[in-house]
Amino acid sequence: MDIKTDDYRVWYDPEANTVFFQGFLRLDGMEAYSPVMSLLLDAVEKQPQITLNLRQLEFLNSSGISMLSMFVVKVRQRGDVQLYLQGAENVLWQTKSLKNLQRLMPGLQLEFA
Amino acid sequence: MTETFTPIILGQYIPQIPPSEEYLTLHFSPTAAPRNRRWRNYGLSADFLGDYFAAFFPGGELLAGKINRRDTVKAAVSYVANELLENAVKYSDSTVNIPISITLYLYEQAIIFRVINHATLDTVHQYQTYLQQLLNADMDEFYTQQLEKTAMGLGESHMGLLTMINDYGAEFGWRFSPVSSAETITVDVMAQLQV
Repeated sequence: MDIKTDDYRVWYDPEANTVFFQGFLRLDGMEAYSPVMSLLLDAVEKQPQITLNLRQLEFLNSSGISMLSMFVVKVRQRGDVQLYLQGAENVLWQTKSLKNLQRLMPGLQLEFA
Repeated sequence: MTETFTPIILGQYIPQIPPSEEYLTLHFSPTAAPRNRRWRNYGLSADFLGDYFAAFFPGGELLAGKINRRDTVKAAVSYVANELLENAVKYSDSTVNIPISITLYLYEQAIIFRVINHATLDTVHQYQTYLQQLLNADMDEFYTQQLEKTAMGLGESHMGLLTMINDYGAEFGWRFSPVSSAETITVDVMAQLQV
């Protein structure tokens, strides 16, 4: 599972049970994020835990933030998945917006490095 | 009979923008190229604006976190400019061939963004109803509700506007005024960002 363009890359590493995000993601609306969403849902299927590593994602537009919030709620609805988000403390949007996802799922683990 | 539309101002709209020695305006023609090709240009333009205005700020000192003032300005300007442009494109009346404009004004402690686009009366009415709710609500509560609604896939998200206000502390003002025909409205959005 790997989505790669000139601007960004999203891929799943089954060994680390982690979805990595890299680059600049600013797709045109929520619908344009459905391939990324599918990748996330496939990755979490039947897993008791999953990590999203966003540290190299320099830019995410608000449609992308909406997509992440939608994924968080899907995980919450499953009820049996531990979700970890890894952010970078030197990437501004992550320091500004990631913590809000905990409003949707207080059990979400957010680690900054 | 056509409905008459009187100009309306909402939020912290600044009628006279204070003089600024550094400002920059970009115009985008809405029909020059297919939307998917133009879309990438909005992102690139937002990055350019971020780089351009960041160059006026010092790079060395670290702010509260791990990001210096220059990089903070760069990332914040790029985020806000991109969201404003995306919204202007999304809600523009594509049948009216008037360019979208974005101007940034630089001050010592703030940057003012001004975006002008044209929208249909229907779009404007819906937007105004939403803005009235937003302006009368407790922001924190409203944000959480809207995030939950968006995450459940219920209706329009407006997360761009909400993240700019809630996460970046941008102060917004809007002016809606009719163009010659009452069916097209000029939407003039101002966002003030402390830097």
